[in-house]
Amino acid sequence: MTSPSAGTGAGIMRLHPDGTASRGSRILGIVVLVSVVVFLYVALVASAPDKSLDAQGQLVRIMYLHVPSAIACYTAFFVTAVASGMYLWKKTVGWDALASSSAEIGVLFVALTLLTGSIWGHTTWGTWWEWDPRLTSTALMFVLYLGYLALRRAIIDPVSRAKQSAILGIIAFVNVPIVHYSVDWWRSLHQTATVASLDPKIDGLRLFALMFGMVVALLLYVWLMMHRFRLAFAEAALEAKGLDLALAERRAEARADGGSVPPSVTTGGAS
Amino acid sequence: MPDLAADSMLRGSMLRDAAMVVGKDLRLEWRSRVTLSQILPFALLVLILFAFALDPDRRILEEATPGLFWLAVLFSMLLAIQRAYAVETADGVIDALRLSDLDPAGIFLGKAAGIGLHLLVLEVVLFVGVTVLYGATPHGGLLVVATMLLATTGLAAAGSLYGVLAAGLRVRDTLLPILMLPVVAPVLIAGTEAFSAAYANASGDGWKWCGLLAAFSVLYLAIGIFAFEPLLEES
Repeated sequence: MTSPSAGTGAGIMRLHPDGTASRGSRILGIVVLVSVVVFLYVALVASAPDKSLDAQGQLVRIMYLHVPSAIACYTAFFVTAVASGMYLWKKTVGWDALASSSAEIGVLFVALTLLTGSIWGHTTWGTWWEWDPRLTSTALMFVLYLGYLALRRAIIDPVSRAKQSAILGIIAFVNVPIVHYSVDWWRSLHQTATVASLDPKIDGLRLFALMFGMVVALLLYVWLMMHRFRLAFAEAALEAKGLDLALAERRAEARADGGSVPPSVTTGGAS
Repeated sequence: MPDLAADSMLRGSMLRDAAMVVGKDLRLEWRSRVTLSQILPFALLVLILFAFALDPDRRILEEATPGLFWLAVLFSMLLAIQRAYAVETADGVIDALRLSDLDPAGIFLGKAAGIGLHLLVLEVVLFVGVTVLYGATPHGGLLVVATMLLATTGLAAAGSLYGVLAAGLRVRDTLLPILMLPVVAPVLIAGTEAFSAAYANASGDGWKWCGLLAAFSVLYLAIGIFAFEPLLEES
């Protein structure tokens, strides 16, 4: 199903008949692709290794990936919480689709954060995992949002799923600072935070690599969101249509059997 | 549909409704003895299994007592919450609860109080258990009691909230642990640290953790009072 005119004139939020792409997302996709190449060149090749007092040498390069993915995941979970609140207020499918898409992409970024943090730790501390407060609270956040996605998967009725996961989306976000502070407190009794805070005096290209990395990560988030959101929206439409189709089929069967068609069929409470 | 005066009267009866719900749950337990005959033995079994995992002769058990105590509480808590909502979902009781005209906040507090009372009994037995089995000598009695009460309030509030979220789902038994355990991780940390401080006779540090437990309890009681009604409608 590839009609050549399908993409032309598509508005930024219009559903595409043969995919989730639109002109806007294609342009953004190209921008992201070019930015990633530039970012990788600056971060891995052009910028100088760290030669400060607690020198990390070449290892500092992983921070250009680690910090931006952490920022992208916090952004994603913030969007989930806001969209969840908006759903409870407006009760429209779009906000639910936004919340679920953002949570899913947030989980991707938090996994990336953990992975890069672990690789960094392996070289710095000699172990794949240290009970560093930030790593630990990030790991808990990862599981927290896996739970959110698991809940979404478990509820069949779309309205019930949207409402319950919206409430959980807000609670989960409120819970993030509690987890963060308790873990921070817990470790600070034993040792100080191990991941060194970023040196504010980092110069030229290295500062650029970090800042540009954040911009690229956020652009990547937006691009992924455009596709995932449209997919979620289409899924919701399919779900609604599937229900209508099933109802129509049952009615047709009843008519074929010569029986009387019930005036209304209840569909709620199926969770 | 109740008129306005009746509605405000119903709102005022939150605590009375809570008392009714907790009374019902305690009567159910008195007649079925599920906590007494199943969850309590499970909690003791966990204590024995910990000893198998951590060689009892090398004093690891005694050193790890605060953490193991709260871990055993957390595992037993999952069973207690599942039990608390199993009695509501069987035979469509939850529909009756929705139609009962009880204040949802009252139902939330009632369920939380029921879970909390069961947990307190479990904790007392587990406390005796670790004292006898692990040879841990407790100090700082006031701190221990305060920690237990505050942690139980937090666990019961969060448990009542997440219990209703999972209730009615076909996968509730497997979903509840993954939803709840990351959320109550701060209670495990705070409870363990406070107990460690009490056992080491250094109560000063412990009270700080009690503050965290109090904040957790207040937060989840507040969330539950507001969020229980929409969750009950959808469960």
